Amino acid sequence: MSKVLAECENCPVHNTGNLIKLGIDMSDFDYVIALAGNPNTGKSTVFNALTGLHQHTGNWPGKTVTRAEGGFEFNGRKYKIVDLPGTYSLLSISTDEEVARNFILFGQPDVTVIVVDATRLERNLNLVLQVFEITDRVVVCLNLMDEAERNGIEIDVRTLSKELGVPVVPTVAREKKGIPELLRYIDEVATGKYKCKPRRIKKRDKKLQEAIEVLKYKLNNVFPNLPNSEWVALRLLEGDREIIKAVKSGEIGKILSPETTSMNKEAFRSGVD
Amino acid sequence: MTERDEIIAIANRLRWEVGGNFHDSLMESLYKEAGEIVKKTVKKKDEHFAFSLDRKIDKIVTNKWTGFPIMFLLLALVFWITVQGANYPSELLSGLLVGDLYNFLRSAFVSLNMPNWITGLLIDGGYLAMAWVISVMLPPMAIFFPLFTLLEDFGYLPRVAFNMDSLFRKVGAHGKQALTMSMGFGCNAAGVVATRIIDSPRERLIAIITNNFSLCNGRWPTQILIATIFIGGLVPAHLAGLVSAGAVVGIAILGIAFSLVTSWFLSKTILKGEASTFNLELPPYRPPRILQTLYTSFIDRTLIVLWRAVVFAFPAGLVIWSIANIQINNVSLADHFINLTDPFAMIVGLNGIILLAYIVAIPANEIVIPTILMLTVTHFGLNSVGGGAGVMFEADSLDLTRQILEAGGWTVLTGINLMLFSLLHNPCSTTLYTIYKETGSWKWTLISALMPIAMGFTVTFLVTQLWLLF
Repeated sequence: MSKVLAECENCPVHNTGNLIKLGIDMSDFDYVIALAGNPNTGKSTVFNALTGLHQHTGNWPGKTVTRAEGGFEFNGRKYKIVDLPGTYSLLSISTDEEVARNFILFGQPDVTVIVVDATRLERNLNLVLQVFEITDRVVVCLNLMDEAERNGIEIDVRTLSKELGVPVVPTVAREKKGIPELLRYIDEVATGKYKCKPRRIKKRDKKLQEAIEVLKYKLNNVFPNLPNSEWVALRLLEGDREIIKAVKSGEIGKILSPETTSMNKEAFRSGVD
Repeated sequence: MTERDEIIAIANRLRWEVGGNFHDSLMESLYKEAGEIVKKTVKKKDEHFAFSLDRKIDKIVTNKWTGFPIMFLLLALVFWITVQGANYPSELLSGLLVGDLYNFLRSAFVSLNMPNWITGLLIDGGYLAMAWVISVMLPPMAIFFPLFTLLEDFGYLPRVAFNMDSLFRKVGAHGKQALTMSMGFGCNAAGVVATRIIDSPRERLIAIITNNFSLCNGRWPTQILIATIFIGGLVPAHLAGLVSAGAVVGIAILGIAFSLVTSWFLSKTILKGEASTFNLELPPYRPPRILQTLYTSFIDRTLIVLWRAVVFAFPAGLVIWSIANIQINNVSLADHFINLTDPFAMIVGLNGIILLAYIVAIPANEIVIPTILMLTVTHFGLNSVGGGAGVMFEADSLDLTRQILEAGGWTVLTGINLMLFSLLHNPCSTTLYTIYKETGSWKWTLISALMPIAMGFTVTFLVTQLWLLF
């Protein structure tokens, strides 16, 4: 970890210099970043490190129950970043989890950064895999690397990135370690320089997969631009009320269509919660 | 049927065909995939090595026998440091703001030939109320908040929740209420918002209504000040700090007890139901970064709370000066109210001034003590310590505050009752507004406001009557 960081000090990637911190002024922005993750993995700390804001952080799960927003500039592009409440899952819904899911699903951020706890990787990956079902453009921020090291946990970051199909950036957000790399990957994924191929869950029950295919076909007919019809189909089968409502009203097509202008996106975003 | 409705109909039909347990099988495959990835990428040097220190600490602080005593001792330590440390800077500040600067501003206004009522309203009212709030509130806040934040950053709060969890479940509330309660120790409005982590609406309502029993930022300094003057004054000087800290801890614990009893009452009557289960994750202990904590707690808590107090203090000061100077039948409005309510207030061991102060201070609990002092001086015409009516005076030490309160007829009983009433009264207007926003219901907002007042009067009544018996 420390060796990698030392080398980074000298390479051109280390871009803290051109990171202009914008505080909360974000009247115009080019990309929207969502910050998701399990509770107490340090999302708010990462948020602060990226924006230079001082959102109060606390060492206990459930600190952030609403969204916090901020902004930063990197390589001349302006980013708006939204800190979401921590959630273990996108499948069982409580008010705070709904804020996170609705934002990733309906807000369609350009990049979703998932902050994971390096000391509890297995449980954290659950959420990562679920987010993969909704969106392709993900960067995994492997935070709390110092604690992992202290507890004798070694993580093969390269293999992990290969397995997941998205960039994985080891960080110690409290000490701002790894933040420049995180910024670079966010930028690459947002601009499409890095093509994510997130791992999708393969082994599904045959009957279920058939049902999904039927619904997917129907959904694609009615909403030709739906980017994640498979996920929507699955949620419909599970009887997710929010999704049923959005399909019934036709809203889901509008929200999820790639042609939606960023202004409409913005208007919807502010109405999500 | 529209195409969209058709999709829903198909989904409903297919749901039955696929069968009900695919949610489980989906979760299973998620776990399986996660497990496979971890097997390929994570190496643990030694299973036993990981988190061994955390476990050792947890064994002690969440132990059945040692958990609660440690909790109370830590709280007491925090208050003791606050009580010991706040006195001197308090004197310094009030000497400066309530003394020198006040005199300077007042003589400046007088030399500019300002009408008396303008000088009175702005300087003797608005400015003095602000100066008072800063000198009374800032020192204890600047010591207490960083200490509390250090405990929070260290990871102690979830352990408190862990200790309290079984108690909350026994009274039919959600275990996470222990967390929202802890949030309330900072600010009740924040605590009310934090109840969003509770899924069940029934349990969330209980957590919202009872959050007020967590002493908040606005009330800690009141507790600390009154405990120092009246409880600490009962014992020899070298024990005073310890005993006052103990008294504040006692009130905080009493608040937790009221929280539990009220939760129990609500879940047995208007909010019936079973407690739901949940997982509470104990985060690892993290060595707090002292400097950053000091900085953020100063910015996030001390300055914000102080700013709020000052913002509310100025108009409150205007109101206090006005009611002390606008007269009907040669008696000021304030005196009318005080004389009218005094007989009732005496039954509950308080006085009319305290009741009036609590009405003036509905927007912010922070200004209760300054308001009481200001009203006491004008009501009893203690002009030797101040200017005309509605003028707050130069109180450059705890002793003077004590002298003023004693001149206003305060006894140890009044002090105790004020501490109790400060714990048990309506939430501030910000919290009430938050409760309304979160519940969307006037009914629950009203219950949250009126229930604690009723409890406050009941408790102070009982204490007073028992006290008078013995």
